[in-house]
Amino acid sequence: MPLTNITHIARSHGDPWVLRKGPSSLTSADQLARALGWFSIGLGVVELIAPGRIARTLGLEGKEGTIRAYGLRELASAVPTLSIDKPVGLAARIAGDALDLGTLSTALRPDNPKRNNAAVATALVLGITLLDIVAYAGAKAVHSRERGKKRDYSDRAGLPKGLQSSRGLARKDFKTPPDYRAEGTVADALPAKAS
Amino acid sequence: MRALVWHGKEDIRCDTVSDPEIENPRDAIIKVTSCAICGSDLHLFHDLIPAMLPGDIMGHETMGEVVEVGSVAKGKLNKGDRVVIPFTIQCGECDQCRRGNFSLCQRSNRKGDLGDKAFGHRTAGLFGYTHLTGGYPGGQAEYLRVPFADTTHIKVPDGIEDEKLLFLSDILPTGWQAAVQADIQPGDTVAVWGCGPVGQMTIRSAILLGAEQVIAIDHLPERLSMAKAAGAITINFEQESVVARLNELTKGEGPHKCIDAVGSESHVNPGQPDTLLDRAKQMMMLENDRPHVLREMIYVCRPAGVISIIGVYTGLVDKIPMGQAMNKGLTFRMAQAHVPRWTGDLLHRIEDGQIDPSFVITHKVNLSDGPEMYRTFRDKADSCIKVMLRP
Ligand SMILES: NC(=O)c1ccc[n+]([C@@H]2O[C@H](COP(=O)([O-])OP(=O)(O)OC[C@H]3O[C@@H](n4cnc5c(N)ncnc54)[C@H](O)[C@@H]3O)[C@@H](O)[C@H]2O)c1
Ligand SMILES: [Zn+2]
Ligand SMILES: [Zn+2]
Repeated sequence: MPLTNITHIARSHGDPWVLRKGPSSLTSADQLARALGWFSIGLGVVELIAPGRIARTLGLEGKEGTIRAYGLRELASAVPTLSIDKPVGLAARIAGDALDLGTLSTALRPDNPKRNNAAVATALVLGITLLDIVAYAGAKAVHSRERGKKRDYSDRAGLPKGLQSSRGLARKDFKTPPDYRAEGTVADALPAKAS
Repeated sequence: MRALVWHGKEDIRCDTVSDPEIENPRDAIIKVTSCAICGSDLHLFHDLIPAMLPGDIMGHETMGEVVEVGSVAKGKLNKGDRVVIPFTIQCGECDQCRRGNFSLCQRSNRKGDLGDKAFGHRTAGLFGYTHLTGGYPGGQAEYLRVPFADTTHIKVPDGIEDEKLLFLSDILPTGWQAAVQADIQPGDTVAVWGCGPVGQMTIRSAILLGAEQVIAIDHLPERLSMAKAAGAITINFEQESVVARLNELTKGEGPHKCIDAVGSESHVNPGQPDTLLDRAKQMMMLENDRPHVLREMIYVCRPAGVISIIGVYTGLVDKIPMGQAMNKGLTFRMAQAHVPRWTGDLLHRIEDGQIDPSFVITHKVNLSDGPEMYRTFRDKADSCIKVMLRP
């Protein structure tokens, strides 16, 4: 059952419920960023709880501490990537990808028996880096303020009687209601000196 | 019918949904002729108030024609009446309603228990504004059921176009209340933070209420140009120091009245480093809002001045300089607007040509373009200030 129908238990019988969904305000760039954010969380958790396994698979024994730190880094970059400030998170992810590639390059040495695994991992990280870059550029572009026209609204006063005659116009027939009087709350207690 | 439906953070869709039905004899159903997207909707778009459910219909600025009336509402409201619907749902009978505090109606929040838990005491039911305030379906739709419709409506005459009347639902009375809360006196310098639709209405209200000098603060040139159009002096906070400029414009004394029309989501920029810290805390769920404007207002306000808060805050804020506020003897006023308290008077001002709120509309589109317009409005793209939607 779709989520929108499950949540209907929080509504009453006359409230409308969703019959057919329309297109979302989320763009494909947003969705890619979101997927990468969740990927960060998944990878980060694995790196945090099973750094030994990763190290053994890649022939990076002794680097467990680094892998765990990378796990934390993944989680930290997931937070902004999943937020509305996606470019910040994606930029952090791209920087992280570079660190990952640096560390993986040490596992590509000829005497590493797990060299093939490391090569596969490197290829994967390269692919993800590419996605991160695409998502970063996409998110920046779809949310750019520069989209559309630049306009000037200096002719939109909204005061048909003109600026001069509008100033104070409402004072003729509007009195601040007593419960809205604020001026004087302090001054009344400390009467101003007669000038 | 079609409606703009919340599906999650940044995920709004124009869905086909079932038509609303009369549930209570005080209900009415209106056929929406115009509705709008509000800055408050952006807080929901960003999922800042964790009380939205997928499937909730957005929108609280709506007007239209009455097509169905419950038995009790009949007479006070009739088929064919042209009405603007205030964003606050009011019973009209409880103690708060009788005092004119309509956004605090004690009876219209059908999920009052949630409200009691979240705020200590329930507040009024609101259209399309989370389950803390009743979870009522909103008015960015073809039809809207109005609860307590016998009192929750503003009758408007034919012969004035929707564009001039629609904002009686929210931003015009909201801006007006922001100015009234400040108790503006002739001779006052009034500083308004934020030149969004609410700020723009606040600026016009301050002028009509006789402020001698209105100073408008923002960083978006097109919004500043609209503020200037009404005679405000403008400060671009990305180009100049707000505090220094305000002091300069008031001979070092500070503005008498400071109005916050920004609220929870103060612009994050390195020039205001506290906003970076607030944003980081917000992401870690250590803080709900970014109260940069509150800090700035308290610091720069003239002693014994008034701080009027109309921008929405959602929860906990950090590092509010209470010491400065207390020692300077500042008065704080704040609220969700008590819309119908001001609308009779404001309708008369529209009819009299004192104000024409349609100046703020920059985009008029079909309801089905709503999801896209949420993005445009949020990103401040295409010089967007106010989006009006037609079903
Ligand atoms: N109290 C009420 O009844 C009520 C009713 C409607 C709207 N609101 C609230 O009013 C606020 C404004 O609404 P809006 O529709 O104008 O929204 P908006 O988002 O279009 O406008 C906010 C403006 O504030 C500016 N801003 C951001 N940081 C700033 C800073 N540090 N200093 C000065 N300006 C800054 C932005 O550039 C933007 O122009 C929102 O918080 C909204 O929820 C309250
Ligand atoms: Zn609003
Ligand atoms: Zn009431």
